[in-house]
Amino acid sequence: MSELRFDQVSVRFGTGSRAITAVDDVDLVVPSGQVVGLVGESGSGKSTLARAAVGLVEPSYGRILLDGVPLDHRAGKRRPLQMVFQDPYSSLDPRMTVGDTIAEAVPRTAGNRADEVARLLELVGLDAARANAYPGALSGGQRQRVAIARALAGQPDVIIADEITSALDVSVQGTVLNLVRSLQRELKLSMLFISHNLAVVRYVSDLIAVMYLGRIVEFGPADQLLTDPQHDYTRELLAAAPRRGTTSSSPYPSQRTSA
Amino acid sequence: MKRTARWIAVLRTPVGAGAGVLLLAVLLLALVAPLLWSHQATAIDTEHLLEGTSAKHWLGTDNLGRDIFYRVLVASRTSILLALIATSIAVVCGLALGCAPTVLGRRGGRLATAVVNIAVAFPGLLLALFFAVVFGVGAKGAVLAIGLAGAPSFARLTQTLVAGIEKRDFVAAARIAGVGRFRMLSRHILPNIAEPLVVNATIGAGGTLLAFAGLSFLGLGVQPPAYDWGRLMGESLNSIYVHPAAALAPGVAVVIAGLAFNLFGEAVAKGFGVPVLKGSRLPQGETAPAAEVDEDAVLVVKDLHVSFPGPVTPVRGISFTIGRSEIVGVVGESGSGKSLTALAVAQLIESPGQVRAAELSFLGAPLLGRAAVRSTAAARRRLLGTSFAMVFQDPMTSLNPTMRVGAQLAEGAREHQGMSRRQAMNRAVDRLRAVRIPLPERRAHQYPHEFSGGMRQRAMIGMGLMGTPALIVADEPTTALDVTVQRQVLELLEQIRTENEVAVLLISHDITVVGQVCDRVLVMYAGRIVEDLPASELYTGARHPYTRALSAAVPDLDTPLDEPLAVISGRPVDPAHYPSGCAFAARCEFATDRCRTEDPALVSHGPAHQVACWNPQGSAAWQARYPGTESIRTGQR
Ligand SMILES: Nc1ncnc2c1ncn2[C@@H]1O[C@H](COP(=O)(O)OP(=O)(O)OP(=O)(O)O)[C@@H](O)[C@H]1O
Ligand code: SF4
Ligand SMILES: [Mg+2]
Repeated sequence: MSELRFDQVSVRFGTGSRAITAVDDVDLVVPSGQVVGLVGESGSGKSTLARAAVGLVEPSYGRILLDGVPLDHRAGKRRPLQMVFQDPYSSLDPRMTVGDTIAEAVPRTAGNRADEVARLLELVGLDAARANAYPGALSGGQRQRVAIARALAGQPDVIIADEITSALDVSVQGTVLNLVRSLQRELKLSMLFISHNLAVVRYVSDLIAVMYLGRIVEFGPADQLLTDPQHDYTRELLAAAPRRGTTSSSPYPSQRTSA
Repeated sequence: MKRTARWIAVLRTPVGAGAGVLLLAVLLLALVAPLLWSHQATAIDTEHLLEGTSAKHWLGTDNLGRDIFYRVLVASRTSILLALIATSIAVVCGLALGCAPTVLGRRGGRLATAVVNIAVAFPGLLLALFFAVVFGVGAKGAVLAIGLAGAPSFARLTQTLVAGIEKRDFVAAARIAGVGRFRMLSRHILPNIAEPLVVNATIGAGGTLLAFAGLSFLGLGVQPPAYDWGRLMGESLNSIYVHPAAALAPGVAVVIAGLAFNLFGEAVAKGFGVPVLKGSRLPQGETAPAAEVDEDAVLVVKDLHVSFPGPVTPVRGISFTIGRSEIVGVVGESGSGKSLTALAVAQLIESPGQVRAAELSFLGAPLLGRAAVRSTAAARRRLLGTSFAMVFQDPMTSLNPTMRVGAQLAEGAREHQGMSRRQAMNRAVDRLRAVRIPLPERRAHQYPHEFSGGMRQRAMIGMGLMGTPALIVADEPTTALDVTVQRQVLELLEQIRTENEVAVLLISHDITVVGQVCDRVLVMYAGRIVEDLPASELYTGARHPYTRALSAAVPDLDTPLDEPLAVISGRPVDPAHYPSGCAFAARCEFATDRCRTEDPALVSHGPAHQVACWNPQGSAAWQARYPGTESIRTGQR
């Protein structure tokens, strides 16, 4: 069980006057065995923070620690952090079978790869026979299950899930969320769950962090943050989130809104 | 698999089949000719030196009395083999240079890119001559020269293809999984760029053949006593006026072999390319004469069918009307036919797709059928061009990446409204301002990739507003955007609707978006509308089990945290095999025997509410099942 800690992390793109600070001095802790939900608008730096954690971008300042030890992203090392991506249509190699994709992420020390692949497929609720299928033959929800199995294959200490349900149909979104929740509880995973949908984040998270213009503007236990938001942007997010029965009954909702 | 099917499809086209057969014949000849005829080709006949065509020597003889016909046949092996080797050198060097950035890391990669950029700027023939001098005269030198000269363009191609693949998430995922650089290249990148590379190499081989013949012809290539087509041409040049056939034959051979490679490559490229949506197309279809015209209706759709050979009918009998400045939402699972309905309305279904409808009329003008054939096709296109706008899910693919945004907006207006260049450009800037793009004068001169996702979507909507549209069809306009930008785009649509009296058909799989923005919602399942209801009743008054399950599957801020989310079990129906009864029966909790045999029709349940279900819920059955609950959270477990 492991704790992921962002320690004054900044990520800057470009140089000179055209430089943009995508992530600005972020301190954030994902406690062991807990789910931290990260919400925020587009361009607020959520994905950049996630990509920095797994080593896809280089922080320009600060450190990312796992149980107090800085992460090492050199090729060939064991990767204690794994990531599940937003778009299951682009995150699986179309030329590789599902089994090969998962097997690639299984550490060499894990014994029989085929058995491990079968176990992982069953774990995410897919038939082990699916190992021979190509991604093209799977639905979006099934692909996302494969992507989750691949992330679990690396026996990670922490999982980062970046908008994993936003490319899915509502009818499968629920099944993937249910899977994430039950796996997390079963395996006691530490998890950073990124979504722009506050209702989705609320459903899976113990803690919620709100990101705005590259900074974490609010961080706290989920129920507390939702019932007593401190930052203006959090309040705005709460107001925009769907709630049963808040649909407009006026035929011209645009006259009602004034933004 | 799919790929084999595509190869077969390529070989079925006349050009593909012709080129394939030709290429096979050329390769076969190269293989067997030297085995069969090398004796005839080298036999010296001192009695017939430099003779013209005769019965014994079809194409005459050369200065040693050797038969030119056989020499041309036998030369095929040397010519083609050398061309293939040179092409391989070009491809291998190109691949190495093109993949260098992936393998070498940032600094080495930049160097490789710079080398390629400089090399590409030199004409290939110049490079070939340069290398020929460096490596010395002879076949080996020529092969190296032509191969190396071809490398830069392959390197450029490889770089472009690799860059495209590297952006995909599966490469990032593999990197996170700890996959090394070389394995990344061999397992993930190369297999995904192999097809275009092979196709281009085939086309390139044709060019190489020609280039090689050129060098040999100049005496820089194959040296005697060996000979290839270029050399044969050079040797018979002296006597071209006396024996033209002797010089022409090897030339013809070069052309045929070159064409075989080229045409085959082109045919494959075309077969594997992706078809693009083009402007308005005439639908193939028929329709009954239009009924009485509804004055207030912008769009009237009656009994719309869309089918494809197979046969599959993904849209089967859809009817709805959109009134002036009404926002109508369409929801449903992936594959339920939402997009096809939109495309059918926009006349964008391409052959072999078939559109059929009892009525399909826009602003009172029929869009389908004999009432309006040929003569009015142009008028219809103008009507659609000016009064109808379509916004797609991914604005990056619907905007031309090589054209400035302003010019793209102006293009349509010049064509459909006959505006001058200046007028159209002014209008474009004005429309960009109308969709609230900051600094529209500056932005109009930018390319689509310089816009953010939300801005591109606004620009697309702005393009639709170039005319004076009565209807905007938006297919998942916000799916690629995040909430805050999504809200802005939706607000923009609402604002346009009130200001310009535009009706909107908003397609989305996100039921919360539709519930918030629309006046009315059409719920689609398996190519049918199963419920048509006011948006305000979506969560409280829905009566179709599918609508209820759909809205229960979306978590909101009141979802109980201690139970799993409601899900709709099972899979959507395959449009090739609809069941005989209600299409939802296999997944429906309330299905009865009648549901499995009889198909329910869409019938009215109170004003402005239609449902296609034998056991509409929210009635007695619902209450009995979940006594005391107003909530529809229940749905299915
Ligand atoms: N060119 C085609 N040939 C054959 N079948 C097609 C073609 N285009 C679409 N279909 C089929 O028609 C059905 C409906 O497709 P459509 O694109 O309308 O779905 P949709 O409701 O828009 O789904 P999504 O939410 O995924 O966009 C699907 O089963 C699809 O496979
Ligand atoms: S008709 Fe029957 S199967 Fe179909 S939705 Fe209604 S109750 Fe369910
Ligand atoms: Mg669609």
